[in-house]
Amino acid sequence: MSAELGHFALILALGVALLQGCVPLIGWRRRDARLLAFGASAAHAQFLCVLVAYACLTYAFVTKDFSLAYVAENDHTRLPLFYRVTAVWGAHEGSLLLWVLILSGWTVAVSVFNRRLPLEMGALVLAVLGAISVGFYLFILLTSNPFDRLYPVPAEGHDLNPILQDPGLALHPPVLYMGYVGFSVAFAFAIAALIGGRLDGAWARWTRPWTVTAWMFLTLGITFGSWWAYKELGWGGWWFWDPVENASFMPWLAGTALIHSLAVTEKRGLLKSWTVLLAILAFSLSLLGTFLVRSGVLVSVHAFASDPTRGLFVLGLIGVVVGGALALYAWRAPRLRAEGELNLLSREGLLLFNNVFLVCAAGAVLLGTLYPLVLDALGLGKISVGPPYFDSVFVPLIVPLILLVGLAATVPWKRARLGETLRRLRMPAVAALAVGLTLPLAIQGRATLVAVAGTLLGVWAAGTAVQDLWRRVRSKADWRAGLTSVPRAAWGMNLAHIGLGVWAIGVACVTSFGAEKDVRLAPGAHAELGGYTFVFQGEREAAGPNYTAQQGSVLVEREGTAVARLYPQKRLYASQGTVITEAAIHPGPFGDLYVSLGEGYDDGSWSLRLYDKPMVRWIWLGGVLMFLGGGLAASDRRYRLARALERRSAQAAEAAAA
Amino acid sequence: MRFALPLAVLIALLALFAVGLQRDPRRVPSPLIGKPAPAFDLPTIALPGPPGAAPPPARMTQADLRGAPVLVNFFASWCAGCQDEHPFLMELARSGEVRLVGIDYKDAESDLRRWLGRHGDPYAVVLSDLSGNTGIDWGVYGVPETFVLDAQGRIVFKQIGPLTPEAWQRIRPLLQGSAS
Amino acid sequence: MRYALAALLLACAMSAVRAQVETPKPPIPLDARQEAQYKALLPELRCLVCQNESLADSQAPLAADLRYEIRGLIAKGASDADVKRYLVARYGEFVLYRPRLEARTLLLWGGPFLLLLAACAGVLSYARRRARPAAPPPVDEGALRRLLEEQDR
Repeated sequence: MSAELGHFALILALGVALLQGCVPLIGWRRRDARLLAFGASAAHAQFLCVLVAYACLTYAFVTKDFSLAYVAENDHTRLPLFYRVTAVWGAHEGSLLLWVLILSGWTVAVSVFNRRLPLEMGALVLAVLGAISVGFYLFILLTSNPFDRLYPVPAEGHDLNPILQDPGLALHPPVLYMGYVGFSVAFAFAIAALIGGRLDGAWARWTRPWTVTAWMFLTLGITFGSWWAYKELGWGGWWFWDPVENASFMPWLAGTALIHSLAVTEKRGLLKSWTVLLAILAFSLSLLGTFLVRSGVLVSVHAFASDPTRGLFVLGLIGVVVGGALALYAWRAPRLRAEGELNLLSREGLLLFNNVFLVCAAGAVLLGTLYPLVLDALGLGKISVGPPYFDSVFVPLIVPLILLVGLAATVPWKRARLGETLRRLRMPAVAALAVGLTLPLAIQGRATLVAVAGTLLGVWAAGTAVQDLWRRVRSKADWRAGLTSVPRAAWGMNLAHIGLGVWAIGVACVTSFGAEKDVRLAPGAHAELGGYTFVFQGEREAAGPNYTAQQGSVLVEREGTAVARLYPQKRLYASQGTVITEAAIHPGPFGDLYVSLGEGYDDGSWSLRLYDKPMVRWIWLGGVLMFLGGGLAASDRRYRLARALERRSAQAAEAAAA
Repeated sequence: MRFALPLAVLIALLALFAVGLQRDPRRVPSPLIGKPAPAFDLPTIALPGPPGAAPPPARMTQADLRGAPVLVNFFASWCAGCQDEHPFLMELARSGEVRLVGIDYKDAESDLRRWLGRHGDPYAVVLSDLSGNTGIDWGVYGVPETFVLDAQGRIVFKQIGPLTPEAWQRIRPLLQGSAS
Repeated sequence: MRYALAALLLACAMSAVRAQVETPKPPIPLDARQEAQYKALLPELRCLVCQNESLADSQAPLAADLRYEIRGLIAKGASDADVKRYLVARYGEFVLYRPRLEARTLLLWGGPFLLLLAACAGVLSYARRRARPAAPPPVDEGALRRLLEEQDR
């Protein structure tokens, strides 16, 4: 019964989305205020429908209703409640339902927070979001319906993929989708600007907080994904340049370029058509990611069950949405005129180069990801493009980018003086050199080129950010007044740049100094790695709610004192008869110790893989700092102040009329 | 008009993906097509053959594959796909169109005997690649895989996955051209 | 079909069930330099079963076999190029994660650099166009005079 309700709610949502897509557009043509205002009501109604549908699917999972095909494939009688709830988005159909739920949520947020927008623009934005929703509802209802029934009803479900039975599943997809889907708002604003033919600083000011919010969630989502892969997949890697990872990284790169480009458009009225193009590009790359994961066109560990029919549908969706947007762009963008003058040695000039490097990086990742497909389609054979390629191509692009971060934070808008700039940069440069040379030595007792270069860049980015904050605080006579005078956007920007620096230091150190060792140990034997002694203490049986495990016990010592006790496992999930390795990690602020269980031998010894991962947590700390920085920037007073100002001016106008 | 460039790029990408959807990204084509069969030296497995047939030699090498077109089928008793293709292999063996040589990949002899006993033996001779090294030399990365050799012992085709009647329709003309 | 794919993906994530049939192979010792060469080479090679992993990480039985073969080759003094040639002869270019620089991969290796050049050229031309401050729109002298006269009145 609940499945039919959910199915019906979904169909209803489709109908409402259709109206939401069309009615405000008609209202815009006819200049009818009532039709324009319809968009907001439609958005609320749509959200309610999707919420009901999602709740029905969740209910089916929690009550183990195996009469639904999707539930039968992903649920199990012994699956713990936590995973029954998160399994809803564990496979293709359910994750799409999560996608539309989040899209609908963003639409409602736009309708609520955008009351200060001119009615026309707000209505156009909601119309575009409605149109996108229609595409996804059709995709779900026609090809990927989670409410399809299964007859005869099986007594037992197939169970959630054991790799997904991990707390990371609760975090990574929803947060990632918040970002992916959030870029649709920037996209909608861009389309609205193209349709309306008007794009000015105000447009940029409206679009920015939405874009930054989406960006920050995408950053956090990617960070969670990296952390989860490290924890779960068992071989200590944190980024694999897997096609689907790339599919989330490309919108991030485009989105980062976009938030910086928006800053230039808001402040100086430049780069208008470029910003619009970037907004279209960021969301297009999100849609491309959807295509890559669900069509089977590339090999990936992330791929949902790949199905060419679904792939064709998404292709059609991309063709309509992105094709329509780009056609509109080709037609209307030439009308967007820049307002001011540009001097390359200025903040806007440097941000232009920031965009260059980010977009080239995105292009390089796209090229590498799609190239095997290109050659295969042209009949030129099958090649592989993997981490060696991406590392060779990406690193030379990110290094100048991080250098620019430091520069741009120091350089003012409009026009900078070279001498003044160089003087300001002296302190961060010295700090970067000093820490760059000493930190690797302090952590590992040795320095490699990668470690020094990475630390140098990281301290450069963080140092210039700290310096900017320092100068702002000291600009007032009293430091307390200085602190409160710094706008949140400045706190946010600098915190995000500090996050980038922290990330760079983490990457450099773990790449240079990370070590691993394959050993075979009998109980009582030990091995050395990175100054630590790993003592294998034997293996015993363990059990969980839906699995049994062989659990090893490893004592880690350093110079005689015990540091950690690790319990790596090999779990057997009875439902599918599969065995997965659950690594044991001892996390630390300056490094992780990581043990993975291999094979057991007849003589009682076990093969183990030991890892020493210095500074690896800094990678994700950097991501979290960027997330927090984005949050501060998006909630800056001036976005909220504008609303208060308009409210006051509206009240004044009313008083004058009375 | 440079504003139309993004749209042009999109159209090119969509065309690329439309073609790509029809391809299988996991399929690894063999670099051995057109080359002579890689050298090997494997023991045969003595199996009950048709009455009156001479027992196979104790060992075989790639030289023994020359003289007539032959299908070299890498299989194993633990492989589900091999079970899928087996009825068709039996049919093929009965038709006598082509000689089938089986290479048992990383399999225990007792398991093999049991499996062939249950499902039938379509092979003229079965070789045992216990270590999997011959498989590596032939570029095998999963079972079942079937190599089509012409009379000169050159590889003319590789079937990745179970041998289906459709695939056989494509293979048959290649054999007719090369039968000496 | 869907289950087959899911089973394959799961197999690549779980540890290998060692085939108990073969006699265990004797371990191949390598000196420090060879061991370093071995460790550096493995991430460059793609596993053919678990195709999203390198030979360093994959737990597939074929990967274990190939790792053993590679150790043997290195112990006999093979260089990286020799090992790659050995694998490419059997499995094709697919097995290399770093694509070879040849005619068909020129665009791949040169593309990012060309893109960077094009982008920088674009920026410089945009900057040159925008450097000159936009000339103010020509003033309509007649309309201006009329406006001022109206104001005085």
